[in-house]
Amino acid sequence: MAILEVKDLKKNFGKTQVLKGVSFTVEEGEVLSIIGSSGSGKTTILRCVNQLETPDSGYISVDGQVFFNGKAEKESDEERRRRQLLVGLVFQDFHLFPQYNVLKNVTLAPELLAEEREDYKHNKKQIHEEIEAKAKEILAKVGLSDKLENYPCELSGGQKQRVSIARALMLEPKVLFFDEPTSALDPELTGEILKVIKGLAEDKTTMVIVTHEMSFAKAVSTKVIFMDDGVIAEAGTPEEVFDNPKSERTRAFISKFDD
Amino acid sequence: MSFLEVTSFLLDGFKISLLIFGVTLLLGAPLGLPIAFGSMSKFKPVKYLFKVIVWIVRGIPLMLQIFIIYYLPGLVFNFQIFGQVDRFFLIEYGVMDAGRIMAVLIAFTVNYACYFSEIYRGGIESISKGQYEAGIVLGMTKSQIFKKIILKQVVQRIVPPMSNEIITLIKDTALANCIMVCEVIKQAKELAATKAMIWPLFYTGLFYLLFVGLLTIILGKGEKKLSYFRS
Repeated sequence: MAILEVKDLKKNFGKTQVLKGVSFTVEEGEVLSIIGSSGSGKTTILRCVNQLETPDSGYISVDGQVFFNGKAEKESDEERRRRQLLVGLVFQDFHLFPQYNVLKNVTLAPELLAEEREDYKHNKKQIHEEIEAKAKEILAKVGLSDKLENYPCELSGGQKQRVSIARALMLEPKVLFFDEPTSALDPELTGEILKVIKGLAEDKTTMVIVTHEMSFAKAVSTKVIFMDDGVIAEAGTPEEVFDNPKSERTRAFISKFDD
Repeated sequence: MSFLEVTSFLLDGFKISLLIFGVTLLLGAPLGLPIAFGSMSKFKPVKYLFKVIVWIVRGIPLMLQIFIIYYLPGLVFNFQIFGQVDRFFLIEYGVMDAGRIMAVLIAFTVNYACYFSEIYRGGIESISKGQYEAGIVLGMTKSQIFKKIILKQVVQRIVPPMSNEIITLIKDTALANCIMVCEVIKQAKELAATKAMIWPLFYTGLFYLLFVGLLTIILGKGEKKLSYFRS
């Protein structure tokens, strides 16, 4: 069964129809890249799945749990949060918490979650030690072991984005989403982020990546979607989409990126 | 009267000024928060109710508000509540002006709470949407997002405008003399009237200056302490 299932997703902002019925699935361990020009609805898909926007219609499920089915329903904050933990989102502009150092940025959410555990009062110290150890391990993986005590304002863009990836990984989401993770970075800094994402792909992390880095998308993805004006114009393996595009729009779009 | 005697007499008045300052800050600062939330409410009637309150309170001179609060109960209900409190405290405890001070405290607290609320609102609304969204996707509750992420950034941003308002507050306490509360300037005017001494009136300026100097140092320290991060 697909770990992420999106069916006939539609979303309007006022009179503008941003998503005109988008369907796709992602299997466990797959890496899906979503490409397409600005305004084609790529980011809106991520925002709908991550519950930052409410779709107008369609169906979304993650790991068998229904996120959205047809129409918006009144539900408790609790319900929303429970589902939220199945997905993780890395923002284009990082959105780190400026008042906390790197370590605390990564541990804050799991610490708050741990406070809701029944055994929290008894094992408080142990729980915090575990969270911290895990955070240090993940931060080491993204190459930030020497920045634990630094504040976000002391980091480069690439370092900030690596913190934000670590922050999302801490909660062990079933699917990790990236919204143009390198678009806010200087060109020389994009490499370090792409390296981290490649590492995650090798570890079989299920990921959905909205990106403008075509060669990266081709190298890292198992599946590619080309979005055009709110619909999927083309979908397939990277070879199919990049080397043998069926639609004229895809061909035109991809040729713009050829050097 | 010697210089020391005048100083001591004025100091008695300045204690009242400090009392008004302290209580207004202590009550007005927290009261500003629900007013700020009220004026940001998504429920339109609540939002506009608070907007109108803030408009009225900020739109009328504070001196007039003191008059209104002090005299209105007597005019409308024929019951001079603050006069009664004055009398009660004078007879029972030998304390002067208790009712008048109370009226001043009410006027000041409400007035400053409205000003503070606008500073809070500005601070809260200036925090980027991304901070809230980051909290949401990390599974935090709304109250966790506010307390753990937003609040400190707001505090950092509002320290400079709050400092301004706090410094204005100590000088505004002089308005209390409009209903004969014996704050420092009223005391000095008393000396002018009874002893024909005019210099104590100018001397009161030094009291304010020294206190504002102290405030500036404290608030500056607070601002510096919060400058370890940039949001």
